[in-house]
Amino acid sequence: MSVTLTATDAAASGLQSRRYSGRAIATTVAAALVFTALLFLVTPLGGRVGFLLVGAVVVLAAVAAVSWRIEGRRKSVNRLVTIGAYAAMVIALIPLAAVLGYTVTRGLDRLRPAFLTHSMANIGPLEAGGGVYHAIIGTLEQVGLASLVAVPLGLLVAIYITEYGRGRLANAIRFFIDVMTGIPSIVAGLFVFAFWVLGLHRGFSGLAAALSLAVLMLPVVVRSSEEMIRLVPSSLREASYALGVPKWRTILSVVLPTAATGITTGVMLAVARVTGETAPLLLTAGGNNFIHTNPFSGIQSALPLFVFDQTGRGVDAAVNRAWAAALTLILIVVALYIAARVLTRRNSLASR
Amino acid sequence: MAKRIETVDLSCYYGSHKAVENASLVIEPKSVTALIGPSGCGKSTYLRALNRMHEVIPGAWVEGTVLLDDVDIYRPDVDPVAVRRTIGMVFQRPNPFPTMSIYDNVAAGLKLNGVRRKSELDAAVERSIKAANLWTEVKDRLGKAGAGLSGGQQQRLCIARAIAVEPAVLLMDEPCSALDPISTLAIEDLISQLKDSYTIVIVTHNMQQAARVSDTTAFFTLRGPGEAGYLVEVDSTTRIFTNPTEQRTEDYITGRFG
Repeated sequence: MSVTLTATDAAASGLQSRRYSGRAIATTVAAALVFTALLFLVTPLGGRVGFLLVGAVVVLAAVAAVSWRIEGRRKSVNRLVTIGAYAAMVIALIPLAAVLGYTVTRGLDRLRPAFLTHSMANIGPLEAGGGVYHAIIGTLEQVGLASLVAVPLGLLVAIYITEYGRGRLANAIRFFIDVMTGIPSIVAGLFVFAFWVLGLHRGFSGLAAALSLAVLMLPVVVRSSEEMIRLVPSSLREASYALGVPKWRTILSVVLPTAATGITTGVMLAVARVTGETAPLLLTAGGNNFIHTNPFSGIQSALPLFVFDQTGRGVDAAVNRAWAAALTLILIVVALYIAARVLTRRNSLASR
Repeated sequence: MAKRIETVDLSCYYGSHKAVENASLVIEPKSVTALIGPSGCGKSTYLRALNRMHEVIPGAWVEGTVLLDDVDIYRPDVDPVAVRRTIGMVFQRPNPFPTMSIYDNVAAGLKLNGVRRKSELDAAVERSIKAANLWTEVKDRLGKAGAGLSGGQQQRLCIARAIAVEPAVLLMDEPCSALDPISTLAIEDLISQLKDSYTIVIVTHNMQQAARVSDTTAFFTLRGPGEAGYLVEVDSTTRIFTNPTEQRTEDYITGRFG
């Protein structure tokens, strides 16, 4: 057999195919758009959104059809699916970007140092001015206390389920954790309201709010930590056992550090979720306009409560405060997330 | 330091499935014993039963006796953690701890068992890495991650980690099957050096490797798929590979296994 292959040989062998170049694609797209425009002129079709939708379908069909003619079925399907995947990504990002962008544009106006360092004390219900200092304190204390309860507890439950639990009991715990994931947040608030605020006569407080948030955090922490601990290869556990390291030490020094990054992400997702909870706080924290630093007794505000309260007032000054508070809430969650990632990254080794 | 192992009628189970049946074998100290046989014959299971790693798998249990010198390691008052501290293990795939540096990987066994003195750790780490023939390659990057090393280096790191706790016996479960020929040669050289101070048991699929490194060879096989593996014969490696007693051994060695 000859070593050198000429171009014709290669084509005959079926290894080469004709290419659908960038310029050809551009021509196809342009033609498809012109066709759509004509379609809108001669038929009763109309409207900008309609043009975009019909245009997208026509362009897609044209590119796929031409590609099928030139390159064959496989490459045509490949183009179609690739475009579909990119489109899905863009569509999924639109609401996220819209929420973020709108909050930033509306909130940035009022977000000044004074807004962050003042409370709403002595500001009339319809007056401008004031700030969210008291709400920031409330949110940080409530979410902090909730994490203090839910994170260690959740981590221990996850360790029990993955490393120790066998049979019925572990399955039952997993089932109830799943059920807990589905608890509506208002029900968690109602539970603490009935059991703690009224039942034990503790009254509204930051701690009561933290307890209701902990109920919501717990299942998220357990499930995400469980998944992460399960991902740690059993070969690492065996390597540790083979060194004569007891099981509890293996979990503490090998399993948890290996899963640390994932566990942190899960915990941060749980924190982010409860930081924005409003419903349970209505029944547990109460909400007020003053700086109240003691979370263990007395009504306290929180950022979501503040947003809820201000939007309900219906005057521009209050609505603007609500947007600025919403932006503050987003910034706090982002800051916590970045801090957690930096901490875990510093503790894990860069390979190589 | 090196200890003798003897198993008497050792059977290993996964739940109700019997994987190894009545294996009786003497493993002499300061020698290399190779376990060979077809896939599924239970040689790895048998090996893991020797340091009570078998029972780590849910539902796994054994029957029979494993004597370490004169102590039955399956007696109820024996702590499996203490057994594993005396009988170390190297696995098929190199498994350095990903969150630890090279130094910490080797020091892990000592640290996690409560050794805190820096000088003692330093000395043990250097001694173990040197014994694993890895010192010249890693001495300038002990603080870097163990996962950054090549496969062969990682496996020698795992051997260094295993011998850092100064076990009496070293079990190796196909330690070279994931490595290239050069790294395999390095590990085999290392095995012949280590047998001066340790009792070594090695499971291998590679009969040339068994012939090269071991003093004694034990041949396991099974009657059919899904049935329990059993020990056919054990003898000096030279004899097994030149003039085995059992026809089944000869068939396997010469490639006429059926």
